Parts: sequence; structure tokens; C-alpha cells
Amino acid sequence: MTETLSGLTVAGRSRRNLLGTLAGGCLPFALPPLLGQQRAQRGAQRPTSLILLWLAGGASQLETWDPHPGTAAGGETQAIPTRIPDLLISDLYPQLAEQIDALSVIRSLVSQEGDHERATYFVKTGYRPVPALKHPAVGATLARMLPENAVAIPRHVSLGSSPWPARGGFFGPAYDAFKVYAPGRSIPNMRASVRGVRQDRRLKNLEILSREFRQQRQRQVAATQHREMVARALRMMDSEQLQAFEIADESLALRDRYGDTDFGRGCLVARRLVERGVRAIEVTLGGFDSHVNNFAVHRARAGVLDPAFAALIRDLRERDLLDSTLVLCIGEFGRTPSINPLEGRDHWPTGFSCVVGGGGLRAGVVIGQTDPEGKQKQPRDPIHVPDLYATLFQRLGLDPHHEVVSPIGRPIRLSEGEPIARLLGTS
Amino acid sequence: MPGNGTQFPLAQTKQGSAPTHCYTKQGWGRTHCYTRQGWCRTLTNRVESMATVLRWFLPLAVIQTVVVLVVWATWRPFLLQRSGDGRVDVEPSFRMGETVAKVNRLFATRWAQAGLAPAAPAPQLQILRRLSLALYGTVPALEEIRRFEADRGPDRLARWVEGMLRDRRFSEYFAERLARSYVGVDGGDFVVYRRDRFVEWLTEALAENRRYDEIVREMIADRGLWTGSPSTNFITAALVMGELEEEKLAGRVFRAFLGQRADCAQCHDHPFSDWKQSQFEGVAAFFGQTRLSLGVFDHTEVDGQPVEFEVLDQKSGEQRQVSPQVPFHDEWLPADGTRRARLAAWVTHLEQRRFDRSIVNRVWGLLFGKPYLQPVDDLPDPEALATEDLLDILAVDFRDQGRDLRQLILAMVLSRPFLLDSQHAADQVPVDQGAAAAGDGEADHLLEEWALFPLTRLRPEQVIGAMLQASSVGTIDRRSHLIVRTLRLLRESEFLQEYGDLGEDELEVHPGTIPQALLRMNGELSNSLSQASPFSSAGRVLTVSMDDETLVENCFLLCLTRRPPTALKAVFVEQLRGQNSEQRKETIEDLVWSLFNSEPFAWNH
Repeated sequence: MTETLSGLTVAGRSRRNLLGTLAGGCLPFALPPLLGQQRAQRGAQRPTSLILLWLAGGASQLETWDPHPGTAAGGETQAIPTRIPDLLISDLYPQLAEQIDALSVIRSLVSQEGDHERATYFVKTGYRPVPALKHPAVGATLARMLPENAVAIPRHVSLGSSPWPARGGFFGPAYDAFKVYAPGRSIPNMRASVRGVRQDRRLKNLEILSREFRQQRQRQVAATQHREMVARALRMMDSEQLQAFEIADESLALRDRYGDTDFGRGCLVARRLVERGVRAIEVTLGGFDSHVNNFAVHRARAGVLDPAFAALIRDLRERDLLDSTLVLCIGEFGRTPSINPLEGRDHWPTGFSCVVGGGGLRAGVVIGQTDPEGKQKQPRDPIHVPDLYATLFQRLGLDPHHEVVSPIGRPIRLSEGEPIARLLGTS
Repeated sequence: MPGNGTQFPLAQTKQGSAPTHCYTKQGWGRTHCYTRQGWCRTLTNRVESMATVLRWFLPLAVIQTVVVLVVWATWRPFLLQRSGDGRVDVEPSFRMGETVAKVNRLFATRWAQAGLAPAAPAPQLQILRRLSLALYGTVPALEEIRRFEADRGPDRLARWVEGMLRDRRFSEYFAERLARSYVGVDGGDFVVYRRDRFVEWLTEALAENRRYDEIVREMIADRGLWTGSPSTNFITAALVMGELEEEKLAGRVFRAFLGQRADCAQCHDHPFSDWKQSQFEGVAAFFGQTRLSLGVFDHTEVDGQPVEFEVLDQKSGEQRQVSPQVPFHDEWLPADGTRRARLAAWVTHLEQRRFDRSIVNRVWGLLFGKPYLQPVDDLPDPEALATEDLLDILAVDFRDQGRDLRQLILAMVLSRPFLLDSQHAADQVPVDQGAAAAGDGEADHLLEEWALFPLTRLRPEQVIGAMLQASSVGTIDRRSHLIVRTLRLLRESEFLQEYGDLGEDELEVHPGTIPQALLRMNGELSNSLSQASPFSSAGRVLTVSMDDETLVENCFLLCLTRRPPTALKAVFVEQLRGQNSEQRKETIEDLVWSLFNSEPFAWNH
């Protein structure tokens, strides 16, 4: 089926239906209360969610999942064995080495974008930036395309501080990720500043003002959906599901395992959101832009990423949620095999790495190989970022070639890539 | 002995001793003297008491004056209404009266043909609010409302618009809006791209009211360093990974200056319109000799080799040379000049209908909240139009009047569609949500024909601008205290980030979102701005309003630029009845909060 956003016509649907959908259903907030048993559901029967661990700044493949010790390119980083036979990763990730058998590694991602902003756009959407059109981030596509599951909290969430959080692109700002800058600590703007009679008075005033404004503007004002948005916001403020953003009721031991960091807390909140049925969550860890002192920078970042990532996988496994949760750990690009005079590494969009798995993807697969000496620019068995997303869409039951007609009238596929059969277990 | 003194005999010393010689200092001179015996009073008691008076009275007077000034400043906006003339004295310059007549005739005919009765004229204050939102991005300050109401001179609206167009707030605000279509909002290459300098340059150009085509020609063709010749940032904004992307510039030229989205033709012939890939590449080739060194320059040859634009042929996989070529009317292309200068001349050629139509449509969008034709940068080919449409009427006169943006804005806001109310008797039947979204009621028809002023959602910068202005009695502009302005800037950027800035797509119509509603309702900023502190407008109207009716009225004026109708006012006055001062403070805070979150605040009407 082809959908049109600009002309407000949809094949097989009337304008009224579509507007009805825009007004309610399609927004990443759904109204009906959560079904009791949904939270209890486990295993592969659950609707699948995506957790994106975003390494902002561009993590070095050599200091993470693709080390080359003993070479000039490899620098001082050593490699350690993992629970995947023959897979060595950086010695900065001992905890993840214990959990990585649930996941797969791609070491040959290629992109043409070497600027942070453009590359972030590319890796988050699967499309290179073009002036005429803004593509939706993958999480926004999931929030829009996946069937609804009754949640009163946003279905697309960004945890942690991010320079370019995921946007809704041509699906509209309603699909932008809901931003929580200090995960586990506070949810922005969720608490009314006054309570009781005063809040009642404020809301009553609002209704009075609205009634007056609607006079001789009935249709126009109704079309603004202003009141609906306020009503939904109020419902969200009251929702029990907001507790998913809090971690106080998690055991201290578990919180310790994730780490006492924003990113660690973000990963824990991500798991709690998945349990509530949130479809797409990105957790951002910044600070990987290691133009200077690459090794020290990565050592510090690994101190945050390793425990959190490992704890998340272990937690998902223990709760039998991994089969219904796709996890992707990636940044906008990798870093140069050469080490610059400041002991740093610069941007490197060819031959960078990611870790992906869960959600029923095949585990323990290692794809691609980079030149240990760093002389060969192109990796062996290159994988394009859109292929990665085509794989995720396929796994989530979405046809990657499904076309959405963008506001400029051009049909856009969910992904221009082809699913990676080796990860889907179809080859 | 102090020097410079003048010696003269005095009749008496304080001690009653014989006259003695005494030295005075210049200035203070005659009151204090120095005698050989030491300090003494040398003048009469009268003089002495004067000194005492001066010593005590002066500081007191200063304090008193300050107090008076502060009180006056606080009351001024409230007093202006009574004190008479707040007239704006602007030398009228409007030359497009005939255009306004033409536009009005066009709409009158359309409405008659469609059998539509247009909305009544909007109240003047509502128009002032629309103007302020469109030209400054804020609601009018209370003091501006008072001055506007006090202005009894002829042609008040026209004079006020002219005054606003000369205000720095207009050039700053409009420069940012226009810049979005020229260079977008991305950070770009941090070494060679200075967006801030570009916007400053555009602000200056608007403040000087330079010809629009001249501004555009400078953007396309200027040479020099991105800091010293800021218009060249139009070029450096297209830098991708250190390389100039000629295609990106070609896409910009088509969209921003010709109102056509030809970007698709970068990779293939445009599927729906007539744009061919070769046409797109031909325009890109005009930037093919542009190089970045210590600035943006054009080179016909480098190291003895001619510089030509090359593209990667997608079929053969090989580099292919492309010569500069315009898609139509190559007779408009001058023979001489750099390639960029020639392209600039072609784009802005006086017969280039697309150029004038595209800026007319964009400015209409900025004034009404939605462009005359959507999307703003993809207009139908003008050649295909059977008759002259609204854009043509405005475009032709805009060109003939020297491509003067101020004249264009004046013509638009003085035409009937801008002056119509957003209320209409045809839209008075309450509808439930589903029915509102569907169907084709008369209200929809009126909107399509611009016979009713459209409700449009305030853009994020307007929401924050309006909140900040509403929370201050005086006008926030360049003359405001540095702290006020800095605070405004900080709060604005923080809020914009959280509210979701649409960047260069800001004229696209999208419904509001729940996070936005949450931010307006519970955000730290909206709460602090609605608090009745001694420095906020809510606090000040509380102390200066004569009675409850005036108090409620002032809150409405601050936030919605209008007075509440009697029945509505009575509701809020009733809330204040019998309350002590603490309760009154809370009631007013709640009212201001409710106004901030109401539809009439969040939607331009």
C-alpha cells in the first residue's frame, strides 16, 4: 500500500479516516490503558522493541569491537577473547565479552559521511541528508509503522543528552523522540507546578477561555487539536506507566551493575520502557570524538559503556525479554587507523563497527574485516548502513521496501537497503 | 595653605574674632574658607544652612527622583492611554496602494463568484498582534498597545506598519526567517561557515532596506572571506567534508530563489515536473569554478589547467564534464562576469517571474502563518497558469516598485485578507472532534479562498517570544537592558531546543505535540514567567491596576492583546472577590498560566 502525507489521501482510506488517524491513532501516544497481561508477557510472543545505544562523536572501532593489537594501527589497545569463539574485542570491554554471545558484530560498515551532523543524520535515518526532504529516524518509523500497543507514554524516547536526538522527519514533530536528558532522575515537565484547587482552577480557566475562543471558530479551533493535546498531556502526567522512567524501585545491586552514570541509568530505564511496550528507545553516550588522546578517551568511555551494555543484555536475558528486544550499538562513524600527532584518531566513515542482536536475530555472527595495518581503506565484505536497517525492519515484520509518499510527492522506501540474510538466519 | 585661593577680607569669623584673611577654593569657594586658625565657617548662617540642606537634601532628592522615575516607568504603560497621543510619526512611504486595490478586487471577485461572504474586519488590536507576531516574533508589549490605542492620527495602521518595519526587531527577526531558506539551520563546517555573520549581514541589509534582488545577487556572486564578506557564507554553507557541493547550491538556488524543488533532478529527471538532470547539472556548473582558499573565489584555471565542473556519470561510472547552462531563457544570461555573477543576474532578471513569485509566496507565508501556495518552495510553473494569480499581481508590482521588501509587506498587510477576522458566523456550530476533521464545511471553503483569517500554530520562536514579552510590561528590544536581552536569548534557545525547531521547514503545517503541551504547562520557563514577582508583568499589574476589572483586563492585554468581553471578564473578577493579597496573587498567577496555555495564545488568529 502506498500512503500519501501531503495530499491527505491514502489509497483505500478516506480523508476523514486519515485525519482521524492523524488526530489520534498514529501519534506516538496511545490512549487506552495498558492491558494487564501485556507487561507480563515474555519471550518472542511480545511485540518487538528497539534499543539503540548511540555512541555520539564516533567511537573508534579499534578500541571497541575491532581491535588490531600489535600493529601500528592498533596502538596500545589489547584484545580479549569473548564467549563467541574466535571473536576478540578490545580489552576495555571485559564485561561485554561475557554477554556478547547473545549478539552479532559487524566490522565493515561503510558510509560516505564524515561530518558529525550529516553522519548522525545518515546513521539514524539510513538516508544521506538531502535539502528537499527530512527523513524520519528509524525509531520514528517504528513508532509510526508498527501496530499500536496501548501505552500512555511516548512510543519513541531519547534518553540522555544528545546533540541531534532522533526526529520524526516528514512524519512530523509528533514522531520526534520524547527527550529525557537525565534518565532515572527526572522526567521533564511531567509535574504540575501547583496542585489541588489551584491546578483545578487553572484547568477550569483553560476550558472557559477555550469556550469563548471557539465562538464562530468551531471547526477551525477543533482542527487545531489543542485541547486534545492538553488532555493527553494531562493523562500522561497521571499515568502509572510514568514509573517506567524511574528506577528507585530497582534493587541497588541491579542499579550498581548498570553503573551510577546517566548512560547506565538510561539503559536501565530503556529496559523498563521496553517492558511497558515502548517501541523505540535511544540511549546516548557522548564524548567519543577522540581527536586528542584517543586511548585515554576510550578508556574512560568504556568505563561507562561496558558495565551498562553488559548489564542491559544480561538483564534482558534474565527477564526473557531479549527475544523481543532488538539492541543496536552504533555511532555516526569510526576513527582512523592512523594515530595523529596528538595521540588521537580522526573521523573514519569506512570500515567502522557496530554490535547488533536480540529480537530474534541470529547471534554470534561476525561480519566483515578491516585491514589490520589500516592501509586498505575499504573493508572486506562491506555492509551499508541502509542494509542494517532493512534487516531490522524485516525482523520487526515491516517490509523494508514499503513506500511512503513523502510531502514532496516522492515515494520513499522505509529503507533503500537489502536485509542481511546472515543476521536473519535465512542463509 | 591651599593654592589657587583668592585672598579677601571677611567681616566675621565663626568665633567672632577679627576679620581675617581667608582662602577660598574655586567652585565651592565662597562657603568654606581656610583661616590661619584652621577650618571655620566663614559665611553667614544662611549659607551654612544651605550647606546642610545640600548635604542632606541632595542624596534624598536623588533617591526621590529615582523612586519617581521607577514609579513613572511602571505606570507609564498604564497611563499612556489617558495621557493622549502615542502617535507614531513616520514619513509615509507607501507606494503600492494601487496593488492593494488590485488584490482587493481579485478577492472580491473570487468571493462573489464562490458566493462567499467574507469575515468581518478584525478588531484593530488583533491586527496589531498579528503584525507583531509576523514582524517581531512576539506579541505587542503593553506599552505598545497603549500607544497604539492613543494614536488618533489618520492612517494609523499604515503608519504603524511602517514604523515596525523600521524597527531593528523586524530586521533581526526577518533576517533569521529568510536565512533559513538560504542556508538552513545546520551548523555546517565550523572553520569556513559563519552562520551568525550571515544573519547579521542579512539583518543589516534589511535594516537598510536594500533591494531584494541586490541582496540575492550578493549571496550568489560575492567573493571574499566568510567573515569579512558574510554573504559568501551562502556558498560555504554548501561545504560537505571540506568539498564544495555545487549540486547543493544549485538546489538552493532553485528552491530559495525560484520557488521550485528541482533537487530530485540531481540524480535523475524529475518524475513529476519537467526538470531534467541536465538542467540541474547546468545550474550547478555555474558554481564549478568556485574555490575556497582564503575566502570564496572563482578561478577559470588552476596551475595552467582550465577549471571545469565535472559530475560522476551514474550510468558509465565515469567523470563527465558539464558546462554551465540555464534551464530556460538563456537570453537573460549576461555574456560577461564570473559564472556566479552571470547566474545571479539570470536568477534576478527583471522578467524572471519565478524569482518574484517565490519571495511573494514566502513573505505571505511569514505574515499569514501559511504560504499562499504550499509547499512554499515548490510553486507551479508560472507559464502553465491560465490567468494572472495573486502571486503575479503582487510579484509584478513588487518588481516594478524596486523589489522593495518593505513595500511588499505593507501591500500584503493592508490588503483585505490580512485584515479579516478569524471568526465567521458560518463556523458557529459546535463540532465533535471527528466531525471537525472531516467533511467540507463552509468554513473550509472560506479558508481556501482567504475569506477568513486562518488560525495557525505559533512557531516555537513565536511562542517563547510571546511568553517573554507578555511577562514584561515594557518592550523587550535592543534598548532593553543587556541582562534582559541575554536572558531572553538563553531562554529562547533552550526553549526552542526543547519545543522542537522545524528549521528551514518552519512554514510546513504540523499539529502540535504532547511534549509541547507539557512544556507549556509544566515547563520551568512558563511557570516562572507566570509568577507574580515584583519584576514580572503579573506582579506589576497586581500592584498598579485600579480595580479588579482593570486587573483582569490588563492580564488579557498582556497575553492576548485584547480585552475580555464583559461576561468573560466577570468570571475572573468574581474569582478575585473577597480575596486577601496572597490569594489575589495566586488567582492572577493562575489566570496568566491559563492564558499562556490557551488556544488564543498558542494560535495566531
